[in-house]
Formats: sequence, structure tokens, C-alpha cells
Amino acid sequence: MTGQPIIIMDRVSKRFGETVLAVDNMSLTINEGDFVTFLGPSGCGKSTALKVISGLLPVTSGTITITPPTGETEQDLGFVFQDPTLMPWATAYQNVFLPLKLAGIKPDQAGPRVTEALKEVGLSKFADAYPRELSGGMKMRVSIARALVTRPRILLMDEPFAALDEMTRSKLNNDVTQLAKEHNLTVIFVTHSVFESVYLSTRVMIMAARPGRLAAEMSLETPWPRTEDWRTSAAFSAEAHRISEALKRTLDAEDIDH
Amino acid sequence: MPKTLTTETLPESAPEQSAPLNTVPLRRARRERILSFVMPVVMLCAAIGFWEFQVWYHEIPKYLIPAPSVIAQTLVTDGPSLMASAWFTVKLTFFSLLLAIIGGVILGALFALSRPVELSLFPFAVILQVTPVIAIAPLILIYVDSTFAALLICAWIVAFFPILSNTVIGLRSADHNLRDLFTLYNATPWQRLRYLLVPSALPYFMAALKVAGGLSLIGAVVAEFVAGAAGQNTGLASRIIESSFRSEIPRMFAALVLVSLLGIAIFLLTNWASRKVLGHWHESELQRES
Repeated sequence: MTGQPIIIMDRVSKRFGETVLAVDNMSLTINEGDFVTFLGPSGCGKSTALKVISGLLPVTSGTITITPPTGETEQDLGFVFQDPTLMPWATAYQNVFLPLKLAGIKPDQAGPRVTEALKEVGLSKFADAYPRELSGGMKMRVSIARALVTRPRILLMDEPFAALDEMTRSKLNNDVTQLAKEHNLTVIFVTHSVFESVYLSTRVMIMAARPGRLAAEMSLETPWPRTEDWRTSAAFSAEAHRISEALKRTLDAEDIDH
Repeated sequence: MPKTLTTETLPESAPEQSAPLNTVPLRRARRERILSFVMPVVMLCAAIGFWEFQVWYHEIPKYLIPAPSVIAQTLVTDGPSLMASAWFTVKLTFFSLLLAIIGGVILGALFALSRPVELSLFPFAVILQVTPVIAIAPLILIYVDSTFAALLICAWIVAFFPILSNTVIGLRSADHNLRDLFTLYNATPWQRLRYLLVPSALPYFMAALKVAGGLSLIGAVVAEFVAGAAGQNTGLASRIIESSFRSEIPRMFAALVLVSLLGIAIFLLTNWASRKVLGHWHESELQRES
């Protein structure tokens, strides 16, 4: 399922000011088609790591190599924030159109792609709705459509579903994995939910705090994308238990440190 | 635990349901709308009626308190000359407001874009704002040849500051994640300004416009008072002073009514503009259903 390396992080560190070391010496190779989750407690630098990969924050030291895109794409990286981050003055359609508009694509050329992106997230009927008229889950779908409209290879998601209710969250989990498979996306997904990381990903990166660093890597061999049945299976529980134990060991080690 | 059935649906499917035909809230909203229009009108008419009655009943002479009917009569007989003055004040007010918008927005944009510019020029803006215009007006009238230009400067000084300060705050208020998004998609500075900063600043700007609209009228009236009744072209405030010198109390009231009407017109206009610009998305102008 996974292909060539697409993101290579080599001894990446990110320091804020003199004292805060948000990401410490992180080395990681992510392959095409991987669905990677960064799992860890609050303040372990997982969001910072994501922003560094996206280029929104410069690295303090180390290198990040992203293999150049081969296909037609306006923006190789899609980013989904923790909040839907929609422009409240613009309709769902206009929000999804934004990345193409910024890339200088004319509305008539962009039209079919925006419509397609909205259709993919199941919001065809809500193209003309303003964000305030949409539920939390729907807003997040618009945000996902916006990230996908540029046909990126890589999708970065920063705790996108943390604020949603359990049912909406499960549904969006399924939809995201489905979209990732259809578009052959490489996804990095930040979460603090063990269950979400187990359900979604092929690789789980457990991160530890102070300084933020990669504590353990765990692979999940269960065929991907997973189905709703698997969520309630004994195998799922076993995997969740395994990841939880690893996370617990990381947290315990931290407690001893301090 | 027994399962309980609730009428709630999942958020995802809620908007797709067709709303049941319940006209009660609609009717209530309509009644509310009518009431909100009728009540003030009724109260205003009642107050005017009470005034008229008191003047008639106590036989108060019109050089003390003129009855509303006398004021209305004066508005008709002095109509042409009062209208000319009103037109002068309208021009002065709207012109100064326009200049306040242009100056406030341009300077606000400069402040928001450049910290050094803000630090070096903001004290001047504050000095202009905190010094009462009535204290500066005589100087301006001495230094500026054209009376209209002098009056314009006075009114502008008063109206300008809210636009400036709110434009600065507004341009800085854009959501930081949206800023990141624009960075991620390599937005040019122009795109960032047009598609992100300006829309983010609009609610602040519209709030300032409502304040500045009223202030520009106050500025115009105050400046006219200081300028006095001199000159050929004079505004409503000058007519009020002139009438007070001649003890023509009904005409004072008539001019006052026109000033008030102008103020109300500005208030309605700026509110309408704000609803037009923000009504479809911003909390401050959304119509609530309940």
C-alpha cells in the first residue's frame, strides 16, 4: 500500500525563544500513501511538528525534504486546522474556491472542481450556505473540501475533529480515510485520542512532551481503510490497548523525568 | 439503562429535514416588527400632542415656548431659506464624513501595516481627538481663508478618529488560522488585503461609521457655532444663533428640528449600510428567529 518516501524529516528541531524546545531532534520518513497519526498529550509539540512540516513555521535546525510533486496541483499540501477556519463572510462554495482563487484560477474554470470537492464531502446542497448556517461537522467538511480542491498529495490535519460529538466524529473518520484512499493521499493526522489514531492510521507516532519528541513508533497491520465493524471488534480493543500501553509508558517516563 | 427516544436528530441531517409548517413564530415576528415601528411613532405623536396642549392650555407665548403647530408653520414659511441652510449643513456633514472615511481608512491601513508609522503618528491622532474641537475651531477659522474649508476641517477632526482606530483594530483582527491558510496558499499581499483583512475589518469599520456619522454632524454644528452667523452661505447652526440674536424662537426650533432630522437620517443611513454590508454573515447584524 505504501510507496516511495514523500516526506523526510532529518533531525528537525523547533525552538521558540530561548527556553521552549517544542520539537526536539525529530527524524521520520513518511511514505506515499501512509496515514500517520501524531499521538500525544497536550503540549507535546505535535501541532508544532505539523506546522513545521507545512512550512508555516521555519525549522530551527535539521531539514525537511518533501519530494517534488509530479502531477498537476496548485498546492501540494492541504491543511485542516483544529477549527474549521472558514471565512464567515463567504459561502461554503466561496470558501472552497479560495485556494484556487489565490492560485489565480478563473471562477468558470474552478467551478466544476469546487462543485466536485463539495460533492465529495457530501455538501452539494449546501454550496450557498454561510458557515453560521452549518453544523460543526458540516463546517469541518467544508474545511476538508477546501484542503482537497487543489488536488494535494499530502493532507495535514491538526486535531480536526476534537471539538465534534462522537457520532459526527466517527462518520468523519470514515469519510477521511475513504477520501485518503480515493485520492491516494499521504495523511498526517494529529490527535490526542488513542481510539481515533488506532482506527485511522497505518502508523502511530507517539510523542512525548518537554521537549516535544518522537517517543515510539507503532505500525498497525489491520487492512486499511477500516470498516465500522472493526471499531467494535476485539482486535480493535487489542490494538487500542497496545497503543495505550505504549502511551502510558511514555507518560510515566516523563513523570520520572520531572 | 433503558433507551430513551429523543426527537433530536444528528447535526449532519438536521438541515435537510423540511421544517414543519409552524406559522406562530412568523406571526409573532411580524407583530414584533409592526410594534417596533408603531410604538415609537405613537409615543412621539403623543408627546407632540401633549406639548401642543400644554402651550395652548397655559397660553405660553411663542417667544418662550412655541407650540409644535407654530414651529411647523415656521418650517413652511421660512422653508426656502431654511432649506438652503440645511443643504449647506448636509454638504458639510457628508463631505467631512467622506474625508474622515478616506483619511481614517488610509491612515488606519498604514498603521496596521507598519508599526513605526503607527508609533510616530498615533500621538498626533490622539491629540487631535482629545482636544475639544470647539477650542481649535477659532484658530482654524483664522488660518483657513475659506469658511467652508475651515468648517470642513473642524467636522473632519471630530469624525476621523473612530474610523482610524477601528480600521486599525479591524485590520489586525483577522483570524490567525486564516492568516496561516493564506500563507500556505502563497497569497500575494494584495490578495491577503482584499480577501482576508478587509472583510475581517468590515464589522469594526461599520461600527465606526455609525459613530462617525453622528460625530460629523456634531462637528459641523459646533464649527458653525464658532464661525457665527457671518457670511452668505450659512448652515442650520448659524441660523439657530442668528434667530437667538433676534429672539425668533419658533425659527430656532424649526432649525433645530431640521438638525435633528438630519441626525436621524444619518443614523438610519449608517445603520442601513451596516445591515447591507454585514447582514448576511456578522453576528451584530443577524436577524434572530425567536
